[in-house]
Amino acid sequence: MALVLTEEQRLLQDTAKDFLANNAPVAALRKLRDEKDPLGYSPDLWQQMAEMGWASIILPEAYGGLEFGFLGLGVVLEESGRTLAASPLFASAVVGASAILLGGSEEQKQALLPAIAGGELTLALALEESNHHRPTQISTTATAQGDSFVLNGSKCFVLDGHSAEQLIVVARTSGGDRDSSGLTLLLVERDTAGVSCQRTILMDSRNAADITFDNVTVPAANVIGQVDRGWEVLEPVLDRGRVAIAAEMMGVALEAFERTTAYLKEREQFGQLIGSFQALQHRQAHIQSEVELCRSVLLQALSTVDDAPQELPLLASLAKAKLNELAKRVTNEAVQMHGGIGVTDELDIGFFLKRARVAMQVFGDTGYHKDRYATLCGY
Amino acid sequence: MEDLENFRLEVREWLQANCPESQRQPMKREDQYWGGRRGKFPSEDAKLWFERMRDKGWTTPEWPKQYGGGGLSPQQGRILKEEMQRINARTPVYGIGIWMLGPAVLEYGNEEQKQKHIRAIVNGETRWAQGYSEPGAGSDLASLQCRAEDKGDHFLVNGSKIWTTAADKCDWIFCLVRTDPNAKKQEGISFLLIDMDEPGVSTSPIPLISGESEFCQTFFDNVKVPKENLVGELNKGWSVAKALLVHERKLMAEMGSDSPRKVLVPNAAAREYLEFENGKIADARLRSDLVDYDMQMQAVALTHFRTFEEKAAGVRSAAGMVMKYVGTEAEKTKSELLLAIMGSRGLGWEGDEFTAQEIDTARLWAMSKAMTIAGGSSEIQLNLIAKNVLELPQS
Repeated sequence: MALVLTEEQRLLQDTAKDFLANNAPVAALRKLRDEKDPLGYSPDLWQQMAEMGWASIILPEAYGGLEFGFLGLGVVLEESGRTLAASPLFASAVVGASAILLGGSEEQKQALLPAIAGGELTLALALEESNHHRPTQISTTATAQGDSFVLNGSKCFVLDGHSAEQLIVVARTSGGDRDSSGLTLLLVERDTAGVSCQRTILMDSRNAADITFDNVTVPAANVIGQVDRGWEVLEPVLDRGRVAIAAEMMGVALEAFERTTAYLKEREQFGQLIGSFQALQHRQAHIQSEVELCRSVLLQALSTVDDAPQELPLLASLAKAKLNELAKRVTNEAVQMHGGIGVTDELDIGFFLKRARVAMQVFGDTGYHKDRYATLCGY
Repeated sequence: MEDLENFRLEVREWLQANCPESQRQPMKREDQYWGGRRGKFPSEDAKLWFERMRDKGWTTPEWPKQYGGGGLSPQQGRILKEEMQRINARTPVYGIGIWMLGPAVLEYGNEEQKQKHIRAIVNGETRWAQGYSEPGAGSDLASLQCRAEDKGDHFLVNGSKIWTTAADKCDWIFCLVRTDPNAKKQEGISFLLIDMDEPGVSTSPIPLISGESEFCQTFFDNVKVPKENLVGELNKGWSVAKALLVHERKLMAEMGSDSPRKVLVPNAAAREYLEFENGKIADARLRSDLVDYDMQMQAVALTHFRTFEEKAAGVRSAAGMVMKYVGTEAEKTKSELLLAIMGSRGLGWEGDEFTAQEIDTARLWAMSKAMTIAGGSSEIQLNLIAKNVLELPQS
């Protein structure tokens, strides 16, 4: 467990910062949005990221991975949060790769992980069915039929759902509609007959979709983990995703915060720099203190994934709740302190504000994680 | 790493053999030993425990061996602390000398001062008070007025200091005094050590809203102080004070986790004073306040660990700069939360109708209000973060 980055991790962070500043600045996202890019990210950029090993940071060397652990992943995600880089990094290299790694058979790992590592295979987790994160409230069904399952139901807020080649679908094979038991994870090719996918345009100009499954036949060999026991894989996968998105949110928040501090040092009103006003100083200083707390929480959560997975649920909820609050506060203050220009599309700050709101909903909002944390603490 | 593990085993064994059973019990305030000429041991075991720890240098584990300290590395110091916590071993001696003056003298004092004062602190022979704030200079420390005139072989000190903790029980006081009245605010200040037995020094306690009066006002009326008691250079006391404030802030941030009294924590209080339904606190608002507090406290504790790891790794960050602010604000939140959880049981002030713990909680609540004022108020902390971390323009 470490709360300080190693030399190696700092180098990776510097490399990521340079690469993203040159190849995926906020302007790149703005361009994807303005040109209504059908894919929502640049495949060339993703290939370059994969060549640098980012698609395989958390994967063992045996599957073509970099084996750099979650702290390594964290610094890359944080830097990609700073430039709002759109890529399959989260959905494929974190969530998808973790599902295969934690739940897949040896055969599945051999077949899929090297392809993920190479940036050739993209994945998406088809989980949510309502407007709030309720990971056990699943009514999409998978019914056994000979050597196959037949899938019926609909999913929403599927990150990268419209662009991923394969979907990891959370379906109910038994149990009541709120039970954590009776869930099964199935790997489904997105162009299988009966899968229909509708891209949704969200405020952050990134990539999500609604997907329906109408009598989709999936071979039983595509089950990830065990039938009815998908929750044992899904819960740790979600926790890894929560910590990872928290790292991205740290980058989003820090960038918005630093841009705002810089603005306070150049904007003049009433003949003075507005940064000299104590009303603004104290608000930024308070955020700095929250940034420091969130930094410690995030580092601990990232190293918990690798070193103490039994404590991950508590740390993942702590990190997600804390970073949700930080990202919300920072982006709101960023807009307010920029004043009129803060609400124009011309300034990038709005992009940070909008990305923060989407990220806050991913895998559980603040209320969800506070409730979970309290429950884990026994009250 | 292996050396550290061996060290841990040695420490564990030594503590097991040398820490008397009675010194592993929860401590009440009257069980604390603060040293000094007027210091009394609460028991024979406490004396034995103190002497054993003193002989190892472990009353001040990380101070240099040549002045009687333990000579431990930060990592070893941490291990000792953890092992003591593991068996609930009591802190053998408390004191501002250990927490604040010692580190400052080690950094800024000359050899004679180290020989004289450090050893006396390690041996528990002197109890120190701090003389910074003045009635007219609270948060604005640099505007202090207590003056020391150069009289050739000595300084003549006149003025007063306020919030001098337990000064009526102390032997020595370290003071910031004005030595050059014409210099700009924070120039012209010097750091002086004053023997409280000198003629002209007097103290009077100040009753607080908590019902306690551990703070005093201390008066200096033509007190002669030998020149050798100046720490650091003349008129450069501000840099000594700054170094010391860092220690004070760290200390106040730590107080919650290292409190000498075993006090109620909100999570435990909830089980005792609140209704539960299906395993959850029935009052949704209190449940939500409690989870906010628990998360904040865990974040503060992790940040505390981070500052330690950063120090060991030689990494600089802003984490240390925010600890005083977040630590004391969290303590205040905790006290308010405890009162809310306990309802009318949290209001008892004295008498047998309330448990000692309930009365302690109410009094600590009142005391917690001082924590965000003393040692640089929260507002001052935010000013410092704005200036030193964010480097915002100053008006």
